[in-house]
Amino acid sequence: MSVLRAHFHSRTFRTALHALRRNAMRSALTTLGIVIGIAAVIAMMEIGTGSSRAIQKSIASMGADNVIVMPGAAASGGVTFGGGSAMTLTPDDAEAILRDCPAVRAVAPIVRARTQVVYGNRNWVPLFVFGTTPSFLDVRDWQNLAEGEPFTDQDVRSANKVCLLGQTLVRELFQGASPVGQEVRVKNVSFRVIGVLSPKGANMMGMDQDDVIIAPWTTIKRRVAGSTLQNVNQSAAAAQDQVNTLSRIYPGSSPLYPVPSAVQAADTPLPVRFVNVDQILVAARTPAEVPIAIRQVTQLLHERHRIRPDEPDDFNIRDMTEMTRAMSSTTNLMTNLLLCVALISLVVGGVGIMNIMLVSVTERTREIGLRMAVGARGRDILRQFLVEAVVLCLLGGTIGILLGRGGSLLVRTVMRWPTELSPGAIIAAVAVSVSVGLIFGYYPAWKASRLDPIDALRYE
Amino acid sequence: MELIRLEDIHKTYYLGELDVPVLKGISLTIDRGEMVALMGASGSGKTTLMNILGCLDHPTRGRYWLDGQEVSRLSADERAYVRNSKIGFVFQNFNLLPRTSALENVIMPLSYTPTGISNREARARGAELLNLVGLGDRMDHEPSQLSGGQQQRVAIARALVNHPPLLFADEPTGNLDSRTSEEILRMFQQLNRDEGLTIILVTHDAGVAQHARRTIHIRDGVILDGAATSHPPGEPAACGPLEAMS
Repeated sequence: MSVLRAHFHSRTFRTALHALRRNAMRSALTTLGIVIGIAAVIAMMEIGTGSSRAIQKSIASMGADNVIVMPGAAASGGVTFGGGSAMTLTPDDAEAILRDCPAVRAVAPIVRARTQVVYGNRNWVPLFVFGTTPSFLDVRDWQNLAEGEPFTDQDVRSANKVCLLGQTLVRELFQGASPVGQEVRVKNVSFRVIGVLSPKGANMMGMDQDDVIIAPWTTIKRRVAGSTLQNVNQSAAAAQDQVNTLSRIYPGSSPLYPVPSAVQAADTPLPVRFVNVDQILVAARTPAEVPIAIRQVTQLLHERHRIRPDEPDDFNIRDMTEMTRAMSSTTNLMTNLLLCVALISLVVGGVGIMNIMLVSVTERTREIGLRMAVGARGRDILRQFLVEAVVLCLLGGTIGILLGRGGSLLVRTVMRWPTELSPGAIIAAVAVSVSVGLIFGYYPAWKASRLDPIDALRYE
Repeated sequence: MELIRLEDIHKTYYLGELDVPVLKGISLTIDRGEMVALMGASGSGKTTLMNILGCLDHPTRGRYWLDGQEVSRLSADERAYVRNSKIGFVFQNFNLLPRTSALENVIMPLSYTPTGISNREARARGAELLNLVGLGDRMDHEPSQLSGGQQQRVAIARALVNHPPLLFADEPTGNLDSRTSEEILRMFQQLNRDEGLTIILVTHDAGVAQHARRTIHIRDGVILDGAATSHPPGEPAACGPLEAMS
């Protein structure tokens, strides 16, 4: 029986194809509405997906995929010192995060300072003095330097006095001249400028992200920032007794205490100094994976810091919720807009189909009468015209998909817009063209099926 | 043996307030293997009677047995099935599908046969019938490439594709010249003689009607003569189910 049904359906399908071929030109023109509609949908979806991916990428470069791990608040006798005042995060934490959290793409420990940078007779207090690792540039999506080279892991290990300058700093200190190879002084420590960052503009808070100096965190930690809370005034800071290799400002001054011999040093080992960082910058693999990354980092730090479930965390994790929300709303808006345009064009195409199918029913009244006379039931006629409309729309949809793909390819090659193949759009296009055929083919088909064979046969 | 039996068939059309009786009590029987001409002037109710006989329409009153089945009270779908399986139609204007080959035209009714046969079987049967009507070499021709007589032969082949016991021909020669008309009528006679097909020729042309062995005249919705089967003397009259009941 199923074989017979298959025969039956294949025959209905072939009858429909045949009927369409009998009026090939008109069928082609009729389906043009669907072709254009679907082609527009596909092309726009591909261009739209490409652009929204590009927008996502640029928003991601603003740090939408970033997660900031801050140490918790220190408190003494009921007095807290605010977020980030506890010294609980270590560089090892950063390495462990990168190693053990699969949703994390890159990690950069950060040591901050707020101090003066001097070059020649000019000075400037940059907004950000960051001590970090080379992966900072990866995390912030800042790999393209305007000039020079980034520092290396080797520089971090040996605490080399090298730095990268942001555009604002270059403008203020060097007035447009190339700073690469020059030396700037940060709190009397001389840093060789090995690169200049590309301009990045203000961040979401309106802070100038180019007003920055980046150096290996070991260098900043050991030579510039004694602790995180520093006086801005370099001279005042220098007056304090800081660990600073270049602090012998006045030549000839002798050390207050005699230098210990090697044996003495070996006998009295210095206590291992606990090295902390001010924050850890974590980049998730994609903005969508940010929540997963946060969960993984939280769990890892719980284990590493041995925090029992009932204890408060000694760290805080912040993400760019606002930014992600802006991004997803941008994408949603774009998709909905395209959907509206697509729907309108398809409805127009569908009305065209209905129109021509009605004409076709009138024109083929005699044929319908004949088919009924030789035994076609109303529902056979209904099915035949429905199948015809659906086949017409499907053909139109297929051509439209090809045209749309071709169009988006053209846009890609000629105008260099980013486009992206969207399988969802293709599936939707097929589904929509079938539904358009069903919806707009139904009325004419129903009309055909309600004809009286006697009148239909005599119709002139 | 009886193929058709009409009992007091009435057909009235209701045009608003006005009742228009077209058939006023028609009773007739047609045996299997007969070739009957149904004659009448236009307006006589001939076409209405043919529509009822051909199961295209149902009577307002009265009963109709076709091949032992009461068909006067069937639904539209059931009548479609009866038309498909038991009746072949040949029309005055051929009614072939344009831009469709002769073979495709012939096997078209098979699309609506519920039992369904494979495409290859259908084509074989269509080819066989086209051979029977003498168009074996024109199977792939479209109607526009065929003469009127050839088109009518394709239509005859189409009418026979489901092996119906009954063939209706509604003015089959109305659009043909006299020589071709003669050919087509001879073909009907041959089909009637060789295949045992029951044929009803609906016509207003006495020249056509005389090719039939029996003529039923209808005027003003009643049968003038030829209502009963012309049994050879000595043979008992057919005993229909109605008579058995009453």
